[in-house]
Amino acid sequence: MNHPAIHIQGVHKNFGALHALNGIDLAIEQGEFFALLGPNGAGKSTLINILAGLIAPTAGSISVMGFDVQKQYQQARQLLGVVPQELVFDPFFNVREMLRFQAGYFGLGRENDAWVDEVLEGLGLADKAHTNMRKLSGGMKRRALIAQALAHKPPVIVLDEPTAGVDVELRQMLWEFIKKLNRDGHTIILTTHYLEEAETLCSRVGMMKQGKVVALDSTANLLNKFSGKHLRLTLGDVRLPHDVERLVRHAENGIYTFALTDMIQIEFVLSSLRASGIKVIDMQLNEADLEDVFLSLVGNVAVEQPLMANHHE
Amino acid sequence: MIDALSNRSGWVGPWTLLKKELLRFWRVSFQTVAAPVITALLYLLIFSHVLDKHVQVYDGVAYTEFLIPGLIMMSVLQNAFANSSSSLIQSKVMGNIVFVLLTPLTHLQFFMAFLIAAVIRGLVVGLCIYLVAMWFVDLTVANPWMIIAFGLLGSALLGTFGIIAGIWADRFDQMAAFQNFIIMPLSFLSGVFYSIHSLPPFWQKISHLNPFFYMIDGFRYGFFGKGDVSPVLSLLIVGASFLVLALITLKMLKSGYKLRS
Ligand SMILES: Nc1ncnc2c1ncn2[C@@H]1O[C@H](COP(=O)(O)OP(=O)(O)OP(=O)(O)O)[C@@H](O)[C@H]1O
Ligand SMILES: [Mg+2]
Repeated sequence: MNHPAIHIQGVHKNFGALHALNGIDLAIEQGEFFALLGPNGAGKSTLINILAGLIAPTAGSISVMGFDVQKQYQQARQLLGVVPQELVFDPFFNVREMLRFQAGYFGLGRENDAWVDEVLEGLGLADKAHTNMRKLSGGMKRRALIAQALAHKPPVIVLDEPTAGVDVELRQMLWEFIKKLNRDGHTIILTTHYLEEAETLCSRVGMMKQGKVVALDSTANLLNKFSGKHLRLTLGDVRLPHDVERLVRHAENGIYTFALTDMIQIEFVLSSLRASGIKVIDMQLNEADLEDVFLSLVGNVAVEQPLMANHHE
Repeated sequence: MIDALSNRSGWVGPWTLLKKELLRFWRVSFQTVAAPVITALLYLLIFSHVLDKHVQVYDGVAYTEFLIPGLIMMSVLQNAFANSSSSLIQSKVMGNIVFVLLTPLTHLQFFMAFLIAAVIRGLVVGLCIYLVAMWFVDLTVANPWMIIAFGLLGSALLGTFGIIAGIWADRFDQMAAFQNFIIMPLSFLSGVFYSIHSLPPFWQKISHLNPFFYMIDGFRYGFFGKGDVSPVLSLLIVGASFLVLALITLKMLKSGYKLRS
């Protein structure tokens, strides 16, 4: 009875010569709020597509609450609600029709209408219920996409970048609703490029890089392990001394961020700058966040640039 | 939580998919029903005007009368094909096919829903043409069972063929090629506008390889009680073709060919 919500065992996926997934092993327990993080192309969506039965793995297996997603696909899919990353919609129907159809495919009839209303309400779609999908704005389409995945009230909910292109208000609304579902016992798995989202919401985090899981721990443990601080100095257009430069993690418009593992390094950086005659215009000291963990695990500055860009989408 | 598995009924899922497929074409019935009916009536008007006095295919059957069953069947077949193929290619190109692929619907249920929707679209179009044509011509009905059997089997065959085309094609232009290079030639060279006995022997032989010929001929037999070949032979050929295509389609769906790859 007490199967993990999702159990991934030795999953490989090749697209021709490309090894998109290189042996993923991961168990997500029922009731968890789990974040799957990783840079573009890490293989998150590929893993979710295998889980959803949209593509077949090259090797390995996945089960949902004990049901194999290939051999027992009917039970597995009944228990699963997946929000795809691509913003897709059916232009023939309005929002409520789509939700009724979606619940219907899962065997649910009019008795499910109350739940459909709750989902519409929870995602701020109630006044759009009779609007044709084609006429919704991008953010509204994203909400409808999420609502469709929830229409059959699945115990295991997977959201592949649900907040891409969504305004702040909805993000809050969405997370309130998802948190409530999680409190009611639904298992939540999400991918996101907004790391602070994962940090505040999720109790456990898995980080992927090039088709492998490179870190898997509770959010708190991950943050503790990387208890470093970072120091942000506004220096203007300067040439840093070499021994200081190697601590720089990020530099933009004369603002330099240094990753420090020890408080003593602050003194070192400042004295070294003073010795080279560089003036500190402004200074800030921050605790490490999930982004630091992420960057130190999955890449150097060059790789994370597109990720940073994502923050301003 | 596992009770999510227990409270569902086996029929609701496939029935919902069928209902969605029916609504899909009904919402745009001007294009999907009215347009093909008008096209068929234009054919009828032009060909009967030009040829009625000059051509007699069967003794005692005016050319216009001869033409109507063939035109009806041709429209049934083309629209059954169009329904399943265009629904699938649109969902694939738009990406919304995932909404169905994410559900517990089996490949057999998926097949049945698309098949029945295609049959209904084909028969609705055929029935509309029949009803309008009745205003102009008094059509005899020799054997209604043959009409029903060929109407059902023919639309099922083409509906299935449309599913295959919809699964196989990745883009609209590939689907257009399917229409223009397979469906159109086969339906125009099937003896809708003539009896194949009026053709040179070589082309008669070629026509016998065209499954559309048997569907049109058998359907027409239901009206006049005569045809170019035995209706039982036609029925067997059409039924066997349907079974073969249905098995191929189910195999494609089960393997996930193109849809889950
Ligand atoms: N159908 C496909 N055919 C070929 N290659 C594919 C296919 N789907 C994904 N890939 C490749 O597999 C790798 C993993 O892609 P995936 O979409 O899983 O990444 P992701 O972690 O979801 O990235 P993102 O954060 O951008 O969504 C990428 O290199 C991608 O180009
Ligand atoms: Mg992705």
